[in-house]
Amino acid sequence: MGVKVGVLALQGDVAEHITAFREALADRPGSMVVSVRHAEDLADLDALAIPGGESTTISRLMGKNGLYEPIAEFEGGIFATCAGMVLIADRVDDPRVRPLSLIPMHVARNAFGRQVDSREAMLEVAGLTEPFRAVFIRAPVATDVDPQVQVLARIPEGIVAVRHGPHMAFAFHPELGGDLRLHRIFLAGLGV
Amino acid sequence: MKLEELRFGTELIKRGFASMQKGGVIMDVVNAEQAELAEEAGAVAVMALERVPADIRAAGGVARMADPQKIAEIIDAVSIPVMGKARIGHFVEAQILEALGVDMVDESEVLTPADEQFHIDKTRFSVPFVCGARNLGEALRRINEGAAMIRTKGEAGTGNVVEAVRHMRAIMGEIRSLQGLSNQELIDRARDIEAPAELVIECAERGRLPVVNFSAGGIATPADAALMMQLGADGVFVGSGIFKSTNPEATARAIVEAVNHYDDAKVIAEVSRGLGDAMKGLDIHMLRAEEVLQTRGR
Repeated sequence: MGVKVGVLALQGDVAEHITAFREALADRPGSMVVSVRHAEDLADLDALAIPGGESTTISRLMGKNGLYEPIAEFEGGIFATCAGMVLIADRVDDPRVRPLSLIPMHVARNAFGRQVDSREAMLEVAGLTEPFRAVFIRAPVATDVDPQVQVLARIPEGIVAVRHGPHMAFAFHPELGGDLRLHRIFLAGLGV
Repeated sequence: MKLEELRFGTELIKRGFASMQKGGVIMDVVNAEQAELAEEAGAVAVMALERVPADIRAAGGVARMADPQKIAEIIDAVSIPVMGKARIGHFVEAQILEALGVDMVDESEVLTPADEQFHIDKTRFSVPFVCGARNLGEALRRINEGAAMIRTKGEAGTGNVVEAVRHMRAIMGEIRSLQGLSNQELIDRARDIEAPAELVIECAERGRLPVVNFSAGGIATPADAALMMQLGADGVFVGSGIFKSTNPEATARAIVEAVNHYDDAKVIAEVSRGLGDAMKGLDIHMLRAEEVLQTRGR
């Protein structure tokens, strides 16, 4: 059966998420990847991606577009990267961002410093046999996660990949760089 | 994590940073207070300047990189990325901006060029660069020098969108005209537009520039911003348009929403209501040749 994935298309690397999910779903006939800008776009979706971008901007636009409640009540899995990881948490170190409170964890924005401190690193991720080339761009980290949240990867700065029920959140960008192993693990966990 | 495998300033990181700005508005600011207003309005980044382009025009003289003190104050004031402008070819200004912790350097024709032959060799930096372009050849030459993002030049500080439209249409049209050409014809085209053949071939394959392409130079209203998005921009830079309007806060918010809903005229109509006067603006045809900024760098 095909899988229907939406990508929150308010701001950020929306096109990269769409391309990555289309590629990850190429062997699943009947699958679709669509943009989500309004609450009604969430209907019938199996999963939603919240892309990287500026969390302050996306947060403001989610409020303006009336998306907080509908996403908080969304029943599918959420694949959140970078700004998405900030938004999906329940505690954020910055009052400028209103979180969705879907994963019980505390997230710190821009935990690495300025853009020149952005980095690529070979990262050990639970569930993967080979390391993942993770691209961190002005990335956040989770500084504290509740015990029911599964930690998939950590670095000296903090936790950078987690799983909670059908949701997965990453401080880095699995949608950049062409390695779709984490997308496949996420899709397998949807039970579609 | 193996620390020895950490890599900084790679092409993927630089272009990835630019991708995170997509669908956003980058606003020119001259102090911490304006930067906070821009962030609050939903800007994805701010451009830290000594003066907005309209005031650079009015002041005359040599326009240089902003005072590092001012840039540092703006960096401290906001959580969104801060960009800074260096003069074309002035790689030491770029080095200073990188050392200050600026997130992206704009090698900008709005400042007085420091080198009339060479642009900065941007591959030597960890910080990503954005550069202006008026046509496909210019855009691809900048990308070949290491630019991670392009912005169409328009004509900064005029509040007149006509040149921004001209440059966006030129780049989009030139990319469309590559479709269906043979490899041999693409190489010939690359020679014509003085751009590397492999980048021309990449544009033909992808149907777009290999990096993010914003619009800049003359955007003054929410309608201008949505116009540029509908013409194919990935996002917009707004310079003088916000803080030269009568109500900067409302104008900033309205432009952010117009970019977000660029194909929804009802929303653009709603956010455009009662904004007060936009910046006065200049007729491009009244500018003297030496007042035209877009011809700086080629």
